[in-house]
Amino acid sequence: MTLLAVERIKLFSTRSPWACIAIALVTALGFSALVVGTVPEDFEFGIGMTQVGIEFGLAIIMVLGALAITTEYRFNTIRTSFQAVPNRSSLLLAKTAVVSLVAAVVGLVAAFGAWGLGYLIDPGPHLALNTAADWRNVAGASLIFGLAAAIAVSVGVLIRHTAGATALVLLYSQVLEPMVQLIPNIGADIHQWMPFNVARNFLAGGAERPAAAAGGPPEPIAALSPWWSLAYFAAFAAVILTAALVTAKRRDA
Amino acid sequence: MIEAVGLTKQYGNTMAVKDLSFSVEPGKVTGFLGPNGAGKSTTMRMILGLDNPTAGDVRIKGKHYRDLHHPLRTVGALLEARWVHPNRSARSHLRWMAKSNKLPASRVDEVLDIVGLTAVANKNAGGFSLGMSQRLGIAAALLGDPEVLLFDEPVNGLDPEGILWIRNFMHRLADEGRTVFVSSHLLSEMALTASELVVIGKGELIAQSSTEEFVARASENTVKVRSPRIGPLRDELLRLGVSARDEGEGLLVSGLDSEKIGEVAFEIGVPLHELSPQQGSLEQAFMQITGDAVEYHTGLDDAAKQPAAN
Repeated sequence: MTLLAVERIKLFSTRSPWACIAIALVTALGFSALVVGTVPEDFEFGIGMTQVGIEFGLAIIMVLGALAITTEYRFNTIRTSFQAVPNRSSLLLAKTAVVSLVAAVVGLVAAFGAWGLGYLIDPGPHLALNTAADWRNVAGASLIFGLAAAIAVSVGVLIRHTAGATALVLLYSQVLEPMVQLIPNIGADIHQWMPFNVARNFLAGGAERPAAAAGGPPEPIAALSPWWSLAYFAAFAAVILTAALVTAKRRDA
Repeated sequence: MIEAVGLTKQYGNTMAVKDLSFSVEPGKVTGFLGPNGAGKSTTMRMILGLDNPTAGDVRIKGKHYRDLHHPLRTVGALLEARWVHPNRSARSHLRWMAKSNKLPASRVDEVLDIVGLTAVANKNAGGFSLGMSQRLGIAAALLGDPEVLLFDEPVNGLDPEGILWIRNFMHRLADEGRTVFVSSHLLSEMALTASELVVIGKGELIAQSSTEEFVARASENTVKVRSPRIGPLRDELLRLGVSARDEGEGLLVSGLDSEKIGEVAFEIGVPLHELSPQQGSLEQAFMQITGDAVEYHTGLDDAAKQPAAN
């Protein structure tokens, strides 16, 4: 508990996390409102449509996660941190937990905010949260944000440089994974096992209504069921986090 | 209090620290002296468990740093004043450190008061001058009221007032019975600050002794000699097994006092223009001892090893 408090003080005593949170919420809500507000009158769409901005929010929260640790390396406070708490794994786990928790809250606020905003703009039964899949599509963002933030922190520990770590998490999740689909023949098969695609599948997959047909973002194609998708994404995060902890322990600070 | 045994650190092919053994006692300011790149900071980082030694061992009060419970309460360190987040306030910086070792929040205000930063406590550390950063670093080191304090080049870049403040401060800490270990490449500063010296060069121990002894030993052993026929004198001295090297137009002789050198010159019939024992400053002692590898393999080396051995 002490270490969680330590990391909470560290995180919220600088400006950048607040800025990241604000930008993440504004972009997530803004894009969703923009899309929902500009669809033609007669166009039928579902909950997935209100969540299109979430992806942007997620990207920015990953930047927050990477920054939370790479700034420690950049300004050498990591040495002060390890001096105060020689058990590096505990310290880094506490940091990951705090960042993930913050990300989860932001994800929850962003997802329900975006949904609520969509509902205000265009109220109707098509945006009602009826099924478990509907709830998963909105509330699930919280879990994905939390895990993605943990991945970003871990990558930050491994890479240590702000520019490198943020570039890697953004390029990988936003560009590299989608581009795998362009590989002839095997691209699609590989893509269904790519972690961020699987994470999207947890949110939007397995819905009874065809989200893509209804104008939402293209439905992710993954071999796993939604909840197995979550487990897969969590396992991916756990592997990277473990690699980060082992590396940090061995390395000279 | 601090005990290093055979401490070694290798980065790739470079030996940063080689088989370094020394001990630092409480109640004194011990200077850690060596030219830039001698391995002082690396040693400090190994003491604090930040870098893993390639070989050897360093303990504080008989324990490895990583095994200390709430280490800030035992060891306070200032390695680099600028190691703070520029957009975090001085108070927040100390607050998380205090929290991590379960120190009361009131302690943060106490140490800020001790170093005189209370007025700027809520300002971002990025806007601090070097002197202020240094004070913040000292506040952080004092946070846990530790028995052992490490300072790495604490007076670097400070104005005379700041230097005086730090010097007096370290004396006060030692007078309170704490172990104070302070590194510097500024020898004149060490002469004023430290009563004990651990001297290293190229990652190896050169001497561990009191500052007085260190200076005295070096000055006793150096005599400057000038002569119009310096060649024969040099040859004769070398034949007697005395170390002598050219310095300007004369010779710098170590290991033989001026009386003996005068007698040697008389015996071989060499006139002398100058025969002056060199006044020992720490700089000279230091340059002489760390100057080159040959120098410290003379008689000084054996003498240097004796105090280190016990």
